[in-house]
Amino acid sequence: MSKRIYLFTRFERFWHWSQAALILTLLFSGLAIHGTHSLLDFQTAVEVHEIAAWLLIGLWIFAIFWHFTTGQWKHYIPTLRNIDRMVRYYAYGIFIGANHPYHITVERKHNPLQRLAYLGVKLLINPLIWISGLIYLFWGSLKGFMPEFIGLQQVAVAHTLGAFLMLAFVIVHVYLTTTGHTPLEKIKVMITGWEKEHESAK
Amino acid sequence: MRHAARFMPASPADGPATAQWWVLGTALLLTIWLVSGPLAASTADHTKFKELEGPFATGQEVTEACLGCHTEAAAQLMQSPHWTWEYQDPVKGKPLGKKTMLNAFCIGHQSNEAFCAACHAGYGWEDDQFDFTAERNVDCLVCHSAEEYVKPFGLAGHPAYERTEYPPDSGKFYEPTDLVAAARSVGVSSREACGSCHFYGGGGDGVKHGDLDSSLVDPGRELDVHMASDGLNFSCAQCHETRDHKVPGSRLSMTASDAQGPIMRGRKDDRNPASCQACHGERPHSGDLLHAERLNNHAHILACQTCHIPTYARGGVPTRMAWDWSEATRMDGDGKPFMLRNEQGHLVYDSRKGSFVPKENVVPEYLWFDGSVDYIQPDAPVEPGQVFHVNRFRGTPGAEEARIWPVKKFSGRQPYDTEHRQLTVMQVAIPNDTSLWFNFDFTKAIEAGMAATGRPFSGEFDFVDTRMTWPITHMVAPAEDALACADCHRPGGRLDDVPGIWLPGRDSHPWVDGIGFGLAGLMLLGVAAHSGTRLVSRMRKRGAPHE
Repeated sequence: MSKRIYLFTRFERFWHWSQAALILTLLFSGLAIHGTHSLLDFQTAVEVHEIAAWLLIGLWIFAIFWHFTTGQWKHYIPTLRNIDRMVRYYAYGIFIGANHPYHITVERKHNPLQRLAYLGVKLLINPLIWISGLIYLFWGSLKGFMPEFIGLQQVAVAHTLGAFLMLAFVIVHVYLTTTGHTPLEKIKVMITGWEKEHESAK
Repeated sequence: MRHAARFMPASPADGPATAQWWVLGTALLLTIWLVSGPLAASTADHTKFKELEGPFATGQEVTEACLGCHTEAAAQLMQSPHWTWEYQDPVKGKPLGKKTMLNAFCIGHQSNEAFCAACHAGYGWEDDQFDFTAERNVDCLVCHSAEEYVKPFGLAGHPAYERTEYPPDSGKFYEPTDLVAAARSVGVSSREACGSCHFYGGGGDGVKHGDLDSSLVDPGRELDVHMASDGLNFSCAQCHETRDHKVPGSRLSMTASDAQGPIMRGRKDDRNPASCQACHGERPHSGDLLHAERLNNHAHILACQTCHIPTYARGGVPTRMAWDWSEATRMDGDGKPFMLRNEQGHLVYDSRKGSFVPKENVVPEYLWFDGSVDYIQPDAPVEPGQVFHVNRFRGTPGAEEARIWPVKKFSGRQPYDTEHRQLTVMQVAIPNDTSLWFNFDFTKAIEAGMAATGRPFSGEFDFVDTRMTWPITHMVAPAEDALACADCHRPGGRLDDVPGIWLPGRDSHPWVDGIGFGLAGLMLLGVAAHSGTRLVSRMRKRGAPHE
């Protein structure tokens, strides 16, 4: 008999899914601005990109506030303990039907690999995108305050690199949602907030 | 018909079939202008002045009458390039101005004075003996008369005082001008008055500039949002705000960027009132929350004209994009000079002048321009086989004082002295034994032209490809017709060749894209391999017997 635990609160789920939608919108419109596809004309792409960016910034401010007031930030403290077992699981165990090595509890929602990946998004990819994006957006006013070696080109390159890193994260992240007991199990958890507790190797 | 008369068949005035239309059209325009009334109310009605009752035998007599009241007018005008045709190069200190400058169209004024002086604000300039100090030689009427006032080509800046056959024995006549009517109609200069010369540079309507032609006499809003007859109805002087007969805003020394607010009334400064910023300021866009700020920031990089003049020669008058003098002097089967027109009826060949490329609705080229223009001196060395630039627009990409500007790039092919390696001037327009248009002999024409310049001619000449750049700044379209983002922000857009900017949609870093898409591709591959292995192992497991 497995019991259920309430893993993701309503705000956390709202934050996650609206962030997902906005990031996909930003990737799509951003690649249109970049000239990778022409499914949006340039002006529309810029408008969509800018509106989505401001929405995401607003969402982020709420999310940061939430993380600190609820203490949820502690889920992202990195650890290397048992990380080898995680790697071995995804590299081998998953293929022979081994049990997932990580035991999820409300106190520690994320396995060591997730902790590292999400922390990387929060501390590296997001700041890279946001700082370069805001400089990009306000380039006309900020140009005069920038050091000599930073031109719009450098800002654009940093922003594009951030976008590619985010794209890579999204691909892997979405794929790993399928590694639950059924392919849609993890998605359901993220929608309902409830995780079934399974037996796991100790 | 107040424009300088066009003696050359290149213009619509000369073809017998088009002449009537021309007269009709001009009469219509004049009627519109007269009905719409003078451009500014005045406290003086010049029809009531005894001094202007005449009769006047010559233009000079009219000028003397004008100067009786307007005592300083001639002295003021004589300081301006409209009179001197001279201009000091602000960078090189060398003399510029129509008097000596060469261009890639009709080439040069020297030896053709009696012809070209139809556009001089004076009477009697037919050779180097002209008295530039005589106030009575100033022509007030050419700028200020609202009545029919024609300065025909060939009469050294005089109107025809009696019925005059020109060229002699040609069977073509200039009709006399009514000087009294012209004098009594004076007022501030109309667009038509300024345009009588500035619309016809290069020997025909719209030939030189591309953004100035007779369509601006009575333009609609879509052609020029400021000058539109049914709209703001600006005169030229509304922007080229003239004080003491000094007209600001010359193309010889332009204001390419003016990153300041609008000029405040009464404030003493030496800013050019003809710039867009003089009225609109440096942050002209407002209202649109999403774009106003972005567009204002574009103004740090782009001239207003770049987005707001989507094409030039938009009014139905073509401008000349190329002129090849080396094709001139060909004769038809009967050994007579001839002309050819294209399907639109625009001249493409004239035995006297060579071949032309006329174009309408031209998309400008774009370049960095800081307002200063490098004009060659007439003796600048020609390198055979190389394109010779008659002028170049200066501007360092990204420089504080430079902006990306729309320009017309004109291609010429004109004679040069192969021994002295200099461009030559030709006598073309004076009815005599040496002018090209009357004798079709390049050597004689160049000899006479060069004699007037004081430069030597070896007797040997050939043709060299030349280029000339013109600023595009008139024919400002309504805001809704301005360029859209994607006109530039795409590969192959309007600014495709412009350096010094990072243009999203045009520019990308090959290695950044390589790494980025490579990384995403690797992730997809990894995901595919991992999920494939999961599937296969799961299927095997199902197939395997349970222990």
